[in-house]
Amino acid sequence: MPKRFLSLWFCHLTTDRLAIRHPELRGKPFVLAGNERGRAIVQASSREAFARGIRPGRAVADARAIFPDIRVFPDRPGWGKRLLYRLAEWCLRYTPVSAADPPSGLMLDISGCPHLWGGESAYLRDLVSALEGKGYRVRAAIADTIGAAWALARYGEQGGIAEVGGQREALLPLPPSALRLESRTLEGLEKLGFRQIRQFINLPAATLRRRFGEGLLFRLGQALGREEEAFQPVQPRVPYEEQLPCLEPIRTAKGIEIALQKLLDTLCQRLSREGKGLRKAVFKGLRVDGKTVEITIGTGRASHNPLHLFRLFALKIPLLEPALGIELFSLEGLLVEKVQLPQEQLWHRSGDPAAVAELLDRIGAKLGSGRMHRFLPQERHWPEHSVRAALSFDEKPDTSWPDSVRPLHLLPVPEPITVMVPLPDYPPVHFKHKGRLVRVVRADGPERIEQEWWLQTGPPRDYYCVEDTEGGRYWLFRLGLYGKGEPQWFLHGYFS
Amino acid sequence: MKGNSDKIDRLRQLKQEIMALEGYLPPKGQQPDSRLQLGPLHAAFPGGAFPLAANHEFISHTPSEAAATQGFLAVLLGMLLQKGGFCLWLGTRPQVFPPALKRFGVAPERVVFVNVPREKDLLWTLEQALRCEALVAVVGEIRELGFSESQRLQLAVERSRVTGFVHRHQPRSLHAVACATRWKVAPVPTLMPTGMPGLGFPVWKVGLIKVRNGRPGDWQLQWDGQGFQEVFREEKRQAITQNRRNYA
Repeated sequence: MPKRFLSLWFCHLTTDRLAIRHPELRGKPFVLAGNERGRAIVQASSREAFARGIRPGRAVADARAIFPDIRVFPDRPGWGKRLLYRLAEWCLRYTPVSAADPPSGLMLDISGCPHLWGGESAYLRDLVSALEGKGYRVRAAIADTIGAAWALARYGEQGGIAEVGGQREALLPLPPSALRLESRTLEGLEKLGFRQIRQFINLPAATLRRRFGEGLLFRLGQALGREEEAFQPVQPRVPYEEQLPCLEPIRTAKGIEIALQKLLDTLCQRLSREGKGLRKAVFKGLRVDGKTVEITIGTGRASHNPLHLFRLFALKIPLLEPALGIELFSLEGLLVEKVQLPQEQLWHRSGDPAAVAELLDRIGAKLGSGRMHRFLPQERHWPEHSVRAALSFDEKPDTSWPDSVRPLHLLPVPEPITVMVPLPDYPPVHFKHKGRLVRVVRADGPERIEQEWWLQTGPPRDYYCVEDTEGGRYWLFRLGLYGKGEPQWFLHGYFS
Repeated sequence: MKGNSDKIDRLRQLKQEIMALEGYLPPKGQQPDSRLQLGPLHAAFPGGAFPLAANHEFISHTPSEAAATQGFLAVLLGMLLQKGGFCLWLGTRPQVFPPALKRFGVAPERVVFVNVPREKDLLWTLEQALRCEALVAVVGEIRELGFSESQRLQLAVERSRVTGFVHRHQPRSLHAVACATRWKVAPVPTLMPTGMPGLGFPVWKVGLIKVRNGRPGDWQLQWDGQGFQEVFREEKRQAITQNRRNYA
């Protein structure tokens, strides 16, 4: 498929923007001025000022002489460039690949887009009228190459469209400056009387190179499509992205759901063909007022099940604020992974792991991730460190679970108790926990658990399993040893 | 005489129909599920089989009772997970220490723990989990459960055939809920052969307070790592007095 490019030229970018912001300036001559070498120089002039001959580069004093009532505003350097980037972002509703083309243009790669608007001329008209509706004066052109589109937008007729492969004919009547040449080359061409491209386009390459250098041939090649030319899109292209422009701005939750469903269906079809699934995705809506709203989801394992992904997004749809309406929806797969085949080894029967993973994704989407844990053993001494959370849904334990007796209900923080102990190293006869006296009838222990000397030093813990008169079973420990300071006693858990 | 047996058959048939209408489906072929070896408890259940695909409510008041209930639940889970599968343990904060599950026959990595800080979210999560057909069982540690909420949970399990266990620790009110059973599990002193020090296998007083279409009862069961053994009162009383004497 041939590439098609659209070049936009904002004839009075910054002044138009100022007039949009201050409607009282509309239709009045005014200029933006900045200081250069101690003189106030016109940087940009409005349409009306331009018509009276006040061009950028003249001194403000001259402009005042031509038109005494002219209003002068200070120019902010870099403002025009920022404005261009904002406009390039706005143009994303027309094509996914748009770029700022400083100082005053935009370049859009529109390959495969215009048919959605019913052809290139309708597309061009729609784009230009949308921008003119905002208050910008623009000229636009479509061609096969960046160079030809650039030339036609600035030097051709308004709304010029070069047919596929027709850039050569379109360029013939244009002046040489349409080729984006250096001023030295332009002067040379002028001196030799080359006023139109048709006068030198058929000259042998060797002659042109000798006279004007490689630059002219290179630019000519770019305009004709012999040389490759690339540009930096304002938004890097996401490989897994689907877009859905809307005829009317969408404002209802139902409408958003339908858009999401459509996008998910197309993206998931593509992903399942490639054997891939989404781990992280963002659903964006470009609003009429120029803002972007988005919701993001993540999954525990790669999935290309549109129903499941839709449920995850559906929990967050109420967070999207449509305001005056959303014009363009896009769905991007930020993180795409290979879909894993079901792990039969780990979950032998029933329990389809994909279905469980989907359930966990749904819970995670509602509650926030970090709430669900599978635990795996960890080779550490102290009980509270002997488990760790599994990193992924399919991770298997790398060591076996310890066989030692552990309470089912472990207190997150050991609670201090006061005890009565008949002899050192004996279990207590009774202990008091939170004001309740517990008489110990039977006991097991001690099980000594040392500090991990490679991490920290300190006294060991001696654990006892004890049982009271009612049958309640507790896990107590003594921190420290009798004879070496005063040991402390703690309750650390309840046995079942 | 013949007429009498006909009547009995007819009555049994009607009972089955009523049970089916109430949402309780008897297991296939009237055979209790081979995974669940609950010993003396089977007689208490309708049709002699533990009601799967239903909700069960467990009540506990003290931390020891909560731990005993969790132990009993772990045993049930271990039996249900014998043929593989997967279960969820939901609660408002982490309560179960995974390595201890091994003692009750559960592979701890088969259990996914979910912490839900708010009770309201917990109910939502519980319902979502009970609707997931891929799970074997779901344990929900939830304090309050209203009647209508329990009905929602009941509808969820009827469709998905998942078994739900609701553990209510220190509930404020104990009104009726739409669960197949209500249990209360409390620890009782362990048994050791005469003269031996230390603690034995865990022993629980398992109280089946309510059971739909069954007979409530009270048992003292010991879990020895393989199965349940019923502990009889006289023997136990003797053992306890003996223990006390040994310890003193």
